[in-house]
Amino acid sequence: MSAREDILDRIRHAKADRSVEVPRGYRRADAATASLGLFVDRVEDYCAVVHRASLAEVPALLGRLADGRLVVPEGVPAEWLGGLTFDSDAPLSTEQLDRVDTVLTTCALAIAETGTIVLDAGPGQGRRALTLIPDHHVVVVRASQVVATVPQAVARLDPRRPQTWISGPSATSDIELQRVEGVHGPRRLDVVLVTEPNLP
Amino acid sequence: MTFLGMPTAPAGVGQLRGDRDFPSAAKDAVQDEQLRRNLGNATATIRAKRARTVQEVPDWEELRQAGAAIKDEVLAHLDTYLQQLEAQVVAAGGTVHWARDANEANAVVTRLVQATGSTEVVKVKSMATQEIGLNEALADAGIAAYETDLAELIVQLDHDKPSHILVPAIHKNRTEIRDVFRREMKGVPADLTDDPAELAEAARNFLRQKFLTARVAVSGINFAVAETGTLCVVESEGNGRMCLTLPETLISVMGIEKVLPTWQDLEVFLQLLPRSSTGERMNPYTSFWTGVTPGDGPQDFHLVLFDNGRTATLADPQGRAALRCIRCSACLNVCPVYERTGGHAYGSVYPGPIGAVLSPQLTGVKENPSLPFASTLCGACLDVCPVAIDIPSMLVHLREQVVQQDPHRLEAAAMTAVAYAMSSQRRWTWALRALRIGRPFARLKRLPGKAGGWTASRDLPTPPQQSFRDWWAER
Repeated sequence: MSAREDILDRIRHAKADRSVEVPRGYRRADAATASLGLFVDRVEDYCAVVHRASLAEVPALLGRLADGRLVVPEGVPAEWLGGLTFDSDAPLSTEQLDRVDTVLTTCALAIAETGTIVLDAGPGQGRRALTLIPDHHVVVVRASQVVATVPQAVARLDPRRPQTWISGPSATSDIELQRVEGVHGPRRLDVVLVTEPNLP
Repeated sequence: MTFLGMPTAPAGVGQLRGDRDFPSAAKDAVQDEQLRRNLGNATATIRAKRARTVQEVPDWEELRQAGAAIKDEVLAHLDTYLQQLEAQVVAAGGTVHWARDANEANAVVTRLVQATGSTEVVKVKSMATQEIGLNEALADAGIAAYETDLAELIVQLDHDKPSHILVPAIHKNRTEIRDVFRREMKGVPADLTDDPAELAEAARNFLRQKFLTARVAVSGINFAVAETGTLCVVESEGNGRMCLTLPETLISVMGIEKVLPTWQDLEVFLQLLPRSSTGERMNPYTSFWTGVTPGDGPQDFHLVLFDNGRTATLADPQGRAALRCIRCSACLNVCPVYERTGGHAYGSVYPGPIGAVLSPQLTGVKENPSLPFASTLCGACLDVCPVAIDIPSMLVHLREQVVQQDPHRLEAAAMTAVAYAMSSQRRWTWALRALRIGRPFARLKRLPGKAGGWTASRDLPTPPQQSFRDWWAER
């Protein structure tokens, strides 16, 4: 018998088969509207920096934040990138990415209650390595993308796309449980929260 | 021993059994004052953090109940969910391998690494690969495994063993860690201080080139979604993302109980896990991937599913809930026994309360007979468990198994005698009076000979001058 058949056979012999009702009395995807204030508070709690801006202010703000050598994936609105000099992901090799200082992306959505930003490789977000190797990540979140809770986020996301959920910069608490920001992932996270409605 | 004839985790491979029993290992551990100070500080910090962030969640209890039920549903139909997971991973371009035990799992991973031609792998922290002793098996085949989680790296550099599920180097303080780095880490500055930020920076520099050039990575899995074939790894440092994203080949190893029915179920576990483990509202990085994505991440993906005593655990109706465990380690941090002995005394990669119920079930209680007794049954572990595993009841159940397997234990004979005495009023009154004869000997505090085991961790009480029954009769 193959290991597969053997294990499946053992499971059937364990006779754990019974019916289980899952009580879902917790706050589901339909509950609560997101508070931007809470989102900002929670993101800042992770030592990330939040910049609120209107749409008109975005290009100038990005110009100030994007320091050093910049890479921008396809799909970031061109009007945000006015005066910026940047590389596209051609794709860049790992070595080339290692020489990039800052990556600028959009996101799939954000979660207020946990201060989380989700990337799903959609337009303006690029492949996963792009937001991992550069030391500084600038991410633009539109106010309409902020949901209140984790269940609301899960309901909106497509599991078949590769996802990275980001809650603050890379960190460790492995030494005496003291939190240290910045280990292997980007050590600086700037979040641009665009609060003006009716965005492209 | 096998439950209903189900094979348990084999001996001689991996890390589920200690060289010594718990009482003798614990006795040494509690005498190490530095260890107790380190553990006391660390567990107090994390307990407070967890309590703060759990309190914030208005529906925590409902989430716990849902988490427990989802895991029970998985265990009730584990064969169905595993086959569904396999089909979805294969459909998304991955390959699925099955292994009955640690030896088979190690052989599968070794073969897969050899097929790439690489002689080294980078690793994401994983309890599963610690359990099966993968690093040792790879080393035997001439393959170097580099741990990339900071705490795992500390433990690996020091040739030590992990002592906590989440923070494997919790037993070391910053100065001890600095000394390990100065001694074992190539290229580390000689004037490295014990500032945690500086130590983290040293680890970053040490591992950076490895990440950028590694061709093969090995990871564990936090959650696997049967419905979609989606896999999830939860981490903090970014070492997980490095391993899951940059290499050409990714080999993920998971125990068969880690599967979840649906993507939606993650809405429960992604709330329960971070707050219970690090006490954060959300851990810095969570990665999800489904098979292979062209142009993004590893193009060669393998998932290794292993049993290693899980089906034996599943076969025991009173013990199977231990398989709900999501390895958060909240029970370790609140356990008064763990806080004083540390993790090494348990002899298994799974220490603390969950280890005391999981390790003996995976190996069979005969090979870990002291672990079910490594608890005061205070119940703190059940209170904090995010999937409501009733560890205290399970400990009592396993103690019963230990005693039943060894009917010649003095304790069993003593209990039979007490049961005989208590079953008749006359005999019990007589027995209480007889106890008074023992009063002069009670100064000993320790019973002699074979019975000494009973008083090794208990004080022998002094029998009273007069029993309540006699006092009552006299009034």
